[in-house]
Amino acid sequence: MQFLEKIKRSIFSLIILILLILSFFVFKSALQKEKIYSPKIIDNQIFTDFEVIDLIEEKKINFDEVLFGKNFYLINIWSSWCEPCKLESDKLLELKNDTPIMMIGINYKDKKKNALNFLKLYGDPFDKIFIDKQGTISINFGAYGVPETFLISDENKVLKKYIGPLNDDDVFEIKKITNN
Amino acid sequence: MIISQLGYYSLIFGLLTSVLIFFNSSIQLKKGNSVFLDKTTGLIGFQFFFVFISFLSLIYSFIISDFSNETVYNNSHTTKPLFYKITGTWGNHEGSLLLWLLVLTGVLLGFIFKSKNEPYKYRQLTILFHQIIVIGFFVFVLKTSNPFNEIFPVATEGLGLNPILQDPALGIHPPILYLGYVGTSIIFSAALASMISSYVNKSWAKEIKFWILFSWIFLTGGILLGSIWAYYELGWGGFWFWDPVENVSLMPWLSLTALLHCIVTLEKREIFKNWTVVLCIITFALSIAGTFLVRSGILNSVHTFANDPSRGIYILTFLLVLVLLSLVVFVIYENKNFVQKSEIFALSKETSILINNWFILYFLSVVLIGTIFPIFLDVILDEQISVGPPFYNKLILPFLVPFVLFMSIGPSMKWIKTNFKIGVKSFFFVMFTLILSFITIYYIGKKNIFLLILFIGFFYLLLKSLDQLRHKNKNLAQVLSHTGFSLLLISILLNSISTNEIIKNIQVGESFILKNEKIIFQKIVIEKEKNYESITGFFEIFDETNKAINLYPEIRIYNEPEMATSEASIKTTLLKDRFITINIIKDQNFFNVRYQHKPFMIWIWISTLIIMLGGLFAIFRKNKKINI
Repeated sequence: MQFLEKIKRSIFSLIILILLILSFFVFKSALQKEKIYSPKIIDNQIFTDFEVIDLIEEKKINFDEVLFGKNFYLINIWSSWCEPCKLESDKLLELKNDTPIMMIGINYKDKKKNALNFLKLYGDPFDKIFIDKQGTISINFGAYGVPETFLISDENKVLKKYIGPLNDDDVFEIKKITNN
Repeated sequence: MIISQLGYYSLIFGLLTSVLIFFNSSIQLKKGNSVFLDKTTGLIGFQFFFVFISFLSLIYSFIISDFSNETVYNNSHTTKPLFYKITGTWGNHEGSLLLWLLVLTGVLLGFIFKSKNEPYKYRQLTILFHQIIVIGFFVFVLKTSNPFNEIFPVATEGLGLNPILQDPALGIHPPILYLGYVGTSIIFSAALASMISSYVNKSWAKEIKFWILFSWIFLTGGILLGSIWAYYELGWGGFWFWDPVENVSLMPWLSLTALLHCIVTLEKREIFKNWTVVLCIITFALSIAGTFLVRSGILNSVHTFANDPSRGIYILTFLLVLVLLSLVVFVIYENKNFVQKSEIFALSKETSILINNWFILYFLSVVLIGTIFPIFLDVILDEQISVGPPFYNKLILPFLVPFVLFMSIGPSMKWIKTNFKIGVKSFFFVMFTLILSFITIYYIGKKNIFLLILFIGFFYLLLKSLDQLRHKNKNLAQVLSHTGFSLLLISILLNSISTNEIIKNIQVGESFILKNEKIIFQKIVIEKEKNYESITGFFEIFDETNKAINLYPEIRIYNEPEMATSEASIKTTLLKDRFITINIIKDQNFFNVRYQHKPFMIWIWISTLIIMLGGLFAIFRKNKKINI
């Protein structure tokens, strides 16, 4: 009996030990995983070979195919919980109306219901909107937070990058670049 | 600048003292001394003193806005009010770890003074184990999170002005929470020491109970303050979001609660020895694991502070070492301590405590899995999910009913063996609960069988707890805590199912209606403050009796960093809170107004205070008959 008891206890301790060490390595690799999400921008060229999901149709599409056929693209990272995004919404609408840019919204860590509600309240300046639930797509672009706006050329080059909400000067600058 | 240097060297002296204490304790133990030396007490006093000086000098650097200090530069600003300069000391990674250290050394000092009559070996071993933790954290602070790094050239202005963190409740939230959170460290050290010195018995239970209650009360208070802050500052009108950072404070709370019940059983009956020690270890492991999760930046959470992997690896390794150490101690000494002498009968207080313990452990594992499962999934399958309220509701709510039922019957059971009688009184109780629940369901107008069952369970617990008051041998601590807990459950349930909300876009002068209440948007006042522009809405609300209530929600647009925050305006009454927030819409004439009725909100805070009060009663009760 004593012997059996001993074996039982050793097995039990061993299981706990294995579980502990396993968790240790899982957490350790989770810590290192963070580093993968560094911006994938080389020579000002944004990385486009990844799949994105459309906010409204919920369809998967490769981002390569999105950036096609236009001279300029504007990528705006926004979220319904982001207060400054509300401030810049009329600037984006102005750009949509006055320039030939293709407006792409990246909906950052948001809920669909809230996002749609936001667009209803503040107007929808986007031609296409994709979701970024984990915030990783935005990091691929080299974004720091929300809102952030990128002006991209037809060669996928970042022409301008605006951190924080757009103001009138920014809008003027974008118009100058794109209408020339 | 000199003060900052003083803080740094004081930390180094603190580390040296800890090493000294460690060796001193080892030598004393080897010698087989049996007299506790004043020298040891003195050293522990010095250790605390050094950390305290270091902490004070960091506060001082914050007060005088010494921007040659990197921590101050990153987290403070000259325009901050004095109070927020001081609270800014622990509102960042480095400062909060210094606070960790302060509490860690403080509880040891408290333990030494409180345990004068305990066996020599037990005290010496507790010091030894505690020093391992202390040294670990000293090295962590000095190596990866030094709060006294200098920068040159000295900046003229600091960066830290996060407006959301400028709030009185949040200012005192970290110290209160840490007293509980880090207070569990002494329970851990003492548990290991008591195992080695074969002291897991009634007197140990009596002695360590103080520290369990101490941690438990402060942890409860800390969580309460955090929730209150979230409620009125984040502007969503919620108070608990199942955010990972909230979860990591809830987990030690759950295991402390289980431990609290176990320790009383140990004190009365000398049973559950193994289980008590395991809970002591789990509690502290959870508290370090929480520190790891929050401080390493491994979680995608709004609370994440630091993103330095070397910090994460350090705490993780340290956690593994501590858990392995306790596992080894446990396996080696388990046999020598634990001979289960007493028999346990099915109908007894022991059984009911054991059952409640298993329930609490179940809730704990749900929260644990919800918190770390996304990390595991991400690493192993490279899939990303986020776990939200539906997960917790589904897994916790159904088990709450049997849990509260056991919680209702448990206290009226007797130790060792109970003869249960079902008499007229029990019948009357059940009937009264049923009537009360039906009335509640009818009144709120939600006819849902599941809700009814929840209400029956919660009301039964409330009535049963109040019923205890009639008993001669009543245990006021337990009655208060259980009453508070049932009130908490009832108010949370009522609050979550009968919140009314309306969202409207209106102009000044317009009005809208919510549940017999007329809300008039009277005017907007724009004022320029020191570092922000304030837009305040004036709202007048006429309730059913036509009494006027005024609410003033505000939008603040800060200039540096550019950031808009929404300050809710709340009018609290005993029955409900009126909660209003406004937001700007692109067309400046319109405002997005969100108005909510949050029923029984204040009861959530009050009942948590009652729960804490129960803990206080338990601390100050002098050796009376213990019944939990």
